[in-house]
Amino acid sequence: MSTNTNDKTDQATGLLLMAAAGFFGYQTTGLEIGTMFRMGPGYFPMILSGLLFLLGVLIFLKSFGRTSEPFGTIAWRGMALILPAPIIFGLTVRGLGFVPALFIATLIAAQASVKMRPLPSLILAVVVTILSTLIFSYGLGLPFRLFGPWVQF
Amino acid sequence: MDLLSNLAMGFGVASTPANLAFCLIGVLLGTLIGVLPGIGATATIAMLLPITFQLEPVSSLIMLAGIYYGAQYGGSTTAILINMPGESSSAVTAIDGYQMARKGRAGIALATAAIGSFFAGTVATLLVAIFAPPLTTIALKFGAAEYFSLMVLGLIMAVALAHGSVLKALAMMVLGLLLGMVGTDIYTGTPRFTLGITAYADGLNFVALAVGLFGIAEILRNLETEHTREVMVKSIQRLMPNRQEFREMAAPIMRGTVVGSVLGILPGGGAILASFASYTMEKKLSRTPEEFGHGAIAGVAGPESANNAGAQTSFIPLLTLGIPANPVMALMIGAMIIQGIVPGPNVVVDQPMLFWGIIASMWIGNLMLIVLNLPLVGLWVKLLSVPYYVLFPIIMAMCAIGVYSVDNNTFDLYAVAFFGLLGYVLSKLRCEPAPLLLGFVLGPLLEENLRRAMILSRGDATTFLTRPISAGLLLAALAVLVLVFLPQIRSRRDEVFTESDG
Repeated sequence: MSTNTNDKTDQATGLLLMAAAGFFGYQTTGLEIGTMFRMGPGYFPMILSGLLFLLGVLIFLKSFGRTSEPFGTIAWRGMALILPAPIIFGLTVRGLGFVPALFIATLIAAQASVKMRPLPSLILAVVVTILSTLIFSYGLGLPFRLFGPWVQF
Repeated sequence: MDLLSNLAMGFGVASTPANLAFCLIGVLLGTLIGVLPGIGATATIAMLLPITFQLEPVSSLIMLAGIYYGAQYGGSTTAILINMPGESSSAVTAIDGYQMARKGRAGIALATAAIGSFFAGTVATLLVAIFAPPLTTIALKFGAAEYFSLMVLGLIMAVALAHGSVLKALAMMVLGLLLGMVGTDIYTGTPRFTLGITAYADGLNFVALAVGLFGIAEILRNLETEHTREVMVKSIQRLMPNRQEFREMAAPIMRGTVVGSVLGILPGGGAILASFASYTMEKKLSRTPEEFGHGAIAGVAGPESANNAGAQTSFIPLLTLGIPANPVMALMIGAMIIQGIVPGPNVVVDQPMLFWGIIASMWIGNLMLIVLNLPLVGLWVKLLSVPYYVLFPIIMAMCAIGVYSVDNNTFDLYAVAFFGLLGYVLSKLRCEPAPLLLGFVLGPLLEENLRRAMILSRGDATTFLTRPISAGLLLAALAVLVLVFLPQIRSRRDEVFTESDG
């Protein structure tokens, strides 16, 4: 058994789970545990955090002496552009309003593909924005403010 | 006959013009999404959920159910025509269906899938109608201890039937339970794990969680390698199977229906497992097993019937016990709660119109699918030529709107991004998100019943073992857990899943 035959995937999983268990476990320290009879808000989460930590340790330990499959390619460009899209929508929807916020979010998300060219992405964002406004705001009557205070002159 | 009068009432509810329209919209949307690879039923339902909140409870659930089985159906079209499953449950259909298409029998393959699905859907709907009411009478006797044990069993089953490592699936389930704890504690009002953000006091929005874990993570996975899809078949010649072909598909359809109906009830992606199980079975039973993989009609008929039957019968635990069998059913629970319906055995007693209306609409929906889809196949083929880089920005826009419209809470949108990242990382680490979502939905219910059971028994934990039904359920859960860790079963399980990956 050489040292580089460890399952990297499982090691990472184990560590991630232990970290998550640590986070939840730490948070429960401020909560009342209570008794078996009258369980406090911290009782069940405490048990679960312990269990999660244990599973994390087991997965971590089992990773030694096993070969791992490669991670494969990672969608860095996708992550960099797809994940911010809902965040930007969230940050701007109140201020700019539904129409500009959706347009910006769609335009950013569209850049995640290497095949998307600037002009088509602009057209796509415009079409998506118009159709969504018609469907959601007018068709379904969802109470969105189409243009927010930031763009009212 | 109670059954007949109940069904008659159900058809009365389901065939009002409005409900028929919502059923139609549902199956069309479902098929559309099912046909498009790269966006699954779970993500779609999560995205479209907020739209249905404006509707009547019955109409909204009818439409959601329509999306679900429409997607199952649409997935097979993609599988046959471009050898790429639109839905994970149609992965097996791609094996022989695509080969049939290459040999110029695409029309027959599509028709076989349609006929099999319709037959299975009809039988399974009837099964739901027959078995749901007696199960509810049992479930009505359940107390807090029984509910707790039942949910434990459900979660363990979901873990056992998940893909890949059992330990990881267990960990995902526990992580889901913990995420379900986020928010205000119901007994004391103490905020838990909210990091001081008041927007999360009502708990994490489950639409955001589902959209992130299933929708966005899926988009990221698809962006790893962008390859162009090719639609093999430009035109479909003959749709109607001949007498010989009907004979070949009859037995596989029956067997597939049985397998699917049984496996669909089990928690943990019943429909997917059902189609794999049916394929394996058909291959073993066939007199010409060498034909499998080269366009065997049984390899399409069996799995397609099985996955549709499984999709239908997975409504049984949902409607009777309020326990979801798979992620889509977990979303249906969320939809019911938001509509003000408490899922569980009381639904059939308190809201018979809703209960029977949904059941009847399933059959109507299946009928619509077979009537509409065969003629519409040409349209679906055209849809397949829409490139992915045009689709996913649209999907992203829908995700953002859908999540935001639930509560108009911008923090839900930040949660979407977080869970999108988490979902992608988990998929890279080969952890299944399905047990996590089930844990998340069941977490609060599990805790509530645990605490109530403990209060009722005055802190005596043996209450779970001294009450017979509860003890039986826990014993079953333990048995399942022991079974999946047994070496022989483990290798069998690996075998089934490896075959499914191929």
